[in-house]
Amino acid sequence: MDSDGKLLLRLRSGDEGAFASLVERYHEPMLQLAASFVPSRAVAEEVVQDTWLAMLRGLDGFEGRSSLKTWLFRILVNRARTTGAREQRSVPVADPEPAVDPSRFDASGGWADPPEHWVEAAEGRVEAGKLADRIRAWIDELPARQREVVFLRDVEGMSSQEVCAVLALTDANQRVLLHRGRSRLRQLFEDEFRGIR
Amino acid sequence: MRLMRHRDLVCQQVVELVTDYLEGTLGRAARRRLEAHLAGCPHCTEYLAQMRATIGLTGRLTPEDLTPRMREDLVEVFRRWQSEQN
Repeated sequence: MDSDGKLLLRLRSGDEGAFASLVERYHEPMLQLAASFVPSRAVAEEVVQDTWLAMLRGLDGFEGRSSLKTWLFRILVNRARTTGAREQRSVPVADPEPAVDPSRFDASGGWADPPEHWVEAAEGRVEAGKLADRIRAWIDELPARQREVVFLRDVEGMSSQEVCAVLALTDANQRVLLHRGRSRLRQLFEDEFRGIR
Repeated sequence: MRLMRHRDLVCQQVVELVTDYLEGTLGRAARRRLEAHLAGCPHCTEYLAQMRATIGLTGRLTPEDLTPRMREDLVEVFRRWQSEQN
């Protein structure tokens, strides 16, 4: 598989195959991300198509100061935000939701109901392909801003710097959102496997 | 059971510091306090392992495939751009 840099060169010379490769790589992740900002799958598809056209039109001006992926996802987020602006998303970043239900700690802050072990059980079910849809659904149910950060960091494997650039977040806010999102997912894994030892 | 010192972290604080710890953004003193807590607390050690596993398992999701119609739409997008170029 060609690197994004190589594909960019081929694309600039008008190579349709290079475009197809980028589409294979990023279309579906962009759809998932767009869905976080707009009300329906159909609108998300429109936003992503517009993003591809905007990327092609902007090729000459792209100086490569960020990676192609970061640039592409930024275009997407800007468009999706504009399109989804009607849907108010005034969720504060630093919501006070704790990582773990306070009732699981005793008065001195130690574990009263400690985490149940589930890691091997989950690994096994992921191997068997039986957990992926559940995990996807859990991510979908996270609050929008947590979902965006967890998706880009942990599913797409972007760095914190890239995620801050794509979502226009400060480093601290990115970390708070990541923390809430990951903590929630951990809890959902634990709930899923509670009682299975 | 060891004696609590004033500056010791409790479990309820540890679970809020795990992401900063994994991101490498804790200061040196804070990191040492956290690691000292982990060394004596199997539950928080388990919790940290679960956070790592959560990240790893989430990272193993693979994108779903594009439908043929989506591919066709995008070929259209590319050709539209090319026709603009000329």
